[in-house]
Amino acid sequence: MTVRIVVLAKQVPDPETPPSQFKVDESTNSVIQPNGVPPVVNGFDLNAVEAALRLRDRGDEVEITVLSVGAKFAMDAMKKPLAMGADRLVLVDGPGLDRVDSTGTVKVLAAAIKKDGPFDLILGGRQASDWDQAHVPLGLAEILKLPLVTLVQKLEINGDSLQLQRVTPSGYQVVTAPLPSVLTITNELGEPRYPNLRGIMQASRKQPEMLSLADVGLSSDELVPRLELKRLYIPESNRQVELIEGEDEADSGRKLALRLRQEKLI
Amino acid sequence: MSSIFLVADRDEHGEIAQSTLQAISAAKGLSSSSLTVVVVGDAPASALSLPVDKVVTVSPIDADDDGIYDQVTADLAEIVIKASPDVVMFSKTEFGSVVGARLAFRIDAAFAPDCIELSNETGTVRVTRPVYGGSALAEYEINSSPAVVSIRPGAFEPSTDTGSPTVEKLASALSVNRSVHVSDTVAEVREGVRLEDAKVVVSGGRGLGGPEPFSVLADLAGVLGGAVGASRAACDAGWIDHSHQVGLTGKSVSPDVYIAIGISGASQHMAGCSTSRTIVAINKDRDSNIFKEARFGVIGAWEKVLPSFLATVRDLKL
Ligand SMILES: Cc1cc2nc3c(=O)[nH]c(=O)nc-3n(C[C@H](O)[C@H](O)[C@H](O)COP(=O)(O)OP(=O)(O)OC[C@H]3O[C@@H](n4cnc5c(N)ncnc54)[C@H](O)[C@@H]3O)c2cc1C
Ligand SMILES: Nc1ncnc2c1ncn2[C@@H]1O[C@H](COP(=O)(O)O)[C@@H](O)[C@H]1O
Repeated sequence: MTVRIVVLAKQVPDPETPPSQFKVDESTNSVIQPNGVPPVVNGFDLNAVEAALRLRDRGDEVEITVLSVGAKFAMDAMKKPLAMGADRLVLVDGPGLDRVDSTGTVKVLAAAIKKDGPFDLILGGRQASDWDQAHVPLGLAEILKLPLVTLVQKLEINGDSLQLQRVTPSGYQVVTAPLPSVLTITNELGEPRYPNLRGIMQASRKQPEMLSLADVGLSSDELVPRLELKRLYIPESNRQVELIEGEDEADSGRKLALRLRQEKLI
Repeated sequence: MSSIFLVADRDEHGEIAQSTLQAISAAKGLSSSSLTVVVVGDAPASALSLPVDKVVTVSPIDADDDGIYDQVTADLAEIVIKASPDVVMFSKTEFGSVVGARLAFRIDAAFAPDCIELSNETGTVRVTRPVYGGSALAEYEINSSPAVVSIRPGAFEPSTDTGSPTVEKLASALSVNRSVHVSDTVAEVREGVRLEDAKVVVSGGRGLGGPEPFSVLADLAGVLGGAVGASRAACDAGWIDHSHQVGLTGKSVSPDVYIAIGISGASQHMAGCSTSRTIVAINKDRDSNIFKEARFGVIGAWEKVLPSFLATVRDLKL
């Protein structure tokens, strides 16, 4: 029996953008995409794709669908999961869909999953690096009334149940969950694989399946944000560093210790 | 005037956690008619003198539901629906992040996690939260009742006030048919002080180049009575366990002194340590962002700077 997996993936500005190039437009409360830094798939979502691919590597028969809600998709970026080995890419796009709040995102994801489903397993990233909310998959589990396990670093399918490791502040837990469930995947799982040439060729031939809001049975009136963004700005930092300089680096180290002592910090 | 429910975290001794005392300060900054603290499990001694109107207790969390929180989410949803407070507050801890989100979606409320400021002068709740890893701040108005929020640890000073709240014990009205079960817990054996409680934190990053230097950092932390932290890059490389990670997706620390060695100071790292009283940086690149965050710094390779720093600290401590 094929296990149908959907991986939730979001397009985000590249979080490795150097701080000097990170700018916001305060008149539209949005981030200005820096020149030459294209958007990427959210890092933890690639960990989730990797998690699904590892199930296949273990010998499980899986079909991996990547699902994303947004606007102005950068296809080069969004096809990366396909190049890694995912089977399908489903994109729900429409004007303003990149600006709905998490309730709106969850509604659209839930509607798309119901339309495209049924699925046996829903994987999300632990957090999206744009708005750092860390709760869209949790909300989805609530709306779809599915079991939820967060911060998964390891997963195996045993028949009709999941054997999981969940990261805790001091280690991990061993958890069993049924199918279907919603899981969030964390970077402790390990690095996402690099697409190989064959994967890239295959991805270039695959077309994403595009859905509109109407296709999933929703209208934008149902997505008015309740978390209303009023202002977006870059905080000012006025910290001044005191650089400790010695005759050489070793001397600087010694002087640093003395300076901290002088300030009664150590 | 709002009625506020604040769901408490408990520390490793079962007492009310520092993060909750900080959230109480955040709650006191709102105009409110009543402040109720919800405690999971029997109220510990520290709950009985909180500067709040009421303490409500709900059933404790079963070991096989810990981290999953199916039963406690159901219990909280029930009392929140019944009491219909205007604001429900959590701390942005492992517990608050999961239960806050689940509760909000279950009762069809909006959830604003990881807030560092909040107000309700105009009647609606407004919050400020760091976004884009802390590179930007976003202000939101929350148009749902209740407004569900979580408070970033370290963003507010812990409340030191005392009071004499009434205490009410609520038993679970409904028993949830739980399908997720925790069968085992594996915890790293910790030596010395807890990272979150340490007065001094010595953290290493990718610039350390491998696992071995972390033993030097551990020596330094030992002499200073502190704990060892790390950047995500160092943890992902496998040089040190992830439980040492400081940052947005790691631990939040606010020590008196935070020493960052070979760490560039990415916003996501600083999100976990920028409330430290003093940040000290050792980094070989003058242009590293860490020098914009630090109060004291040495530009240099750790291989050269650290041995003499450690030796001098040892001498000073003798
Ligand atoms: C959503 C999200 C969440 C994240 N959460 C976290 C988090 O919780 N915690 C976290 O830390 N990161 C987090 N990150 C990652 C973060 O963005 C950075 O990639 C990471 O912090 C970089 O780690 P680093 O400073 O050790 O490495 P680098 O950025 O590579 O910096 C290494 C530094 O070492 C210096 N160096 C090199 N050699 C030497 C030497 N010999 N002596 C002295 N200095 C030297 C270099 O000058 C450089 O400044 C997150 C990222 C995302 C997108
Ligand atoms: N617009 C979206 N489309 C698809 N998946 C999403 C979207 N937004 C969030 N997610 C998923 O939810 C996770 C957490 O996102 P967030 O709650 O926004 O931090 C991400 O890592 C994704 O897996």
